Amino acid sequence: MSWFTQTLTSSIGKKLLMALTGLFLISFLVIHAAINAMIFYNDGGETFTHWGHFMGTNPIIRTLEIGLVAGFIIHIVDGLMLWKSNAAARPVKYAVNKAEANSTWYSRSMGLLGTLLLIFLVIHTAHFWIPNRSNQFATGEELNLYQMMLDIFQNPIVVLIYVLGCISLFWHLLHGFKSAFQSLGLNHVKYNGLISFVGTAFSIVIPLLFALMPISIYLGWVY
Amino acid sequence: MSAGNMHIKLKVWRQSNSNTQGGFENYSLDTVSPDMSFLEMFDVLNEQLIETGTEPVAFDHDCREGICGMCSMYINGQPHGPLRGVTTCQLHMRSFKDGDTIVVEPWRAEAFPVIKDLVVDRDAFDRVIAAGGFVSVNTGNAQDANSLPIPKVAADDAFAAAACIGCGACVAACKNASAMLFVSAKISQLALLPQGQAERNIRAEKMVAQMDAEGFGACTNTGACAAECPKEISLENIARMNREYIGAKLSSSAV
Repeated sequence: MSWFTQTLTSSIGKKLLMALTGLFLISFLVIHAAINAMIFYNDGGETFTHWGHFMGTNPIIRTLEIGLVAGFIIHIVDGLMLWKSNAAARPVKYAVNKAEANSTWYSRSMGLLGTLLLIFLVIHTAHFWIPNRSNQFATGEELNLYQMMLDIFQNPIVVLIYVLGCISLFWHLLHGFKSAFQSLGLNHVKYNGLISFVGTAFSIVIPLLFALMPISIYLGWVY
Repeated sequence: MSAGNMHIKLKVWRQSNSNTQGGFENYSLDTVSPDMSFLEMFDVLNEQLIETGTEPVAFDHDCREGICGMCSMYINGQPHGPLRGVTTCQLHMRSFKDGDTIVVEPWRAEAFPVIKDLVVDRDAFDRVIAAGGFVSVNTGNAQDANSLPIPKVAADDAFAAAACIGCGACVAACKNASAMLFVSAKISQLALLPQGQAERNIRAEKMVAQMDAEGFGACTNTGACAAECPKEISLENIARMNREYIGAKLSSSAV
């Protein structure tokens, strides 16, 4: 095994990959939330469609999209591998375990929260990304994503699934954002306060913004 | 010492050896003093067991003053019990209430197999140290201490990391049975000092490789280890180990 493979398959290397892909996915969330928030202009989707068209057709963005898919796959596969090896490190569980005395429940549940997010990701891409890209591939035409949003979010069950997805994202980010910096070795008294503040603020603002989208459409605030 | 006036019910893990299935046994003690340490309470239990011709409970202990790292009981769901910053031997029965039922288990980790009852095999830690947790020094006269200037902050941080007694509470507390707090403390105490520079890269690489080979889990940064550590070793050490390891992998001549 080369030193490079050996590094990335070590326990610290796997954490490094989780941190790097995690922060990359966080940067994706910023763009995704910013462009989708254009629906709040309430201009019949004009601004949103303009930027959606840019993201769906610009060659640089389309190339970066391959990196995004790879980022998701690495984060998911690496996470599942860590989950498996971490579970194997304690084959016999404690009869009594007072874990709440030393750690938060969400920091111990990243695998579970990640799995919920994976299920959400499948549903979400099946709603928008996959049909749109398939259509582009087949006909070269983009679908009307704004109209699709208006239609899909009329179903209260779909809205509920999206809100639950956002809640999972909140807890996942609340630990993951700060945890990524620690895994990269970036723990320093001068910056810890800033990382913690930005991490908490990000974890609240982004999922809240996302959750407001299906809710606003369902309640008719955006049409 | 006040008179024995506490009634304590114990639920203790009993296991004859590493090849057999263990299980919990219930015991009742009627003359426990609140001034007894947790281990002294176990001494009383064992005398009671010997008198009735029962095999006494095997448990690890040595100095009984919180510095050797031998005692290792998982008490009511926490390593070394409910108090922060103390080992089991420094935990006293006044931390419990009269009539309490206390559940005592051994450390649970693939890398720490149960030898008997509450005793686990922690040789994995020794093998991690042997892999690189040392400095090589030529024989001869010790040089003048002032010839090796060490900044106060580095000395303090190295000392705080060196306070680790290797008890394994970090592994026991971690949901992944990860040994990263222990290994990071051992890497840090040498990486921070001039004496540790010669083998700095190879140390990080070898100790982490051995840690992984022993079957410890990876770190999820839950912070459970630092919260339960009797010597209050800081999570900053894990961040430092990550830097040391990544830096070593990227720059060392070992390919």
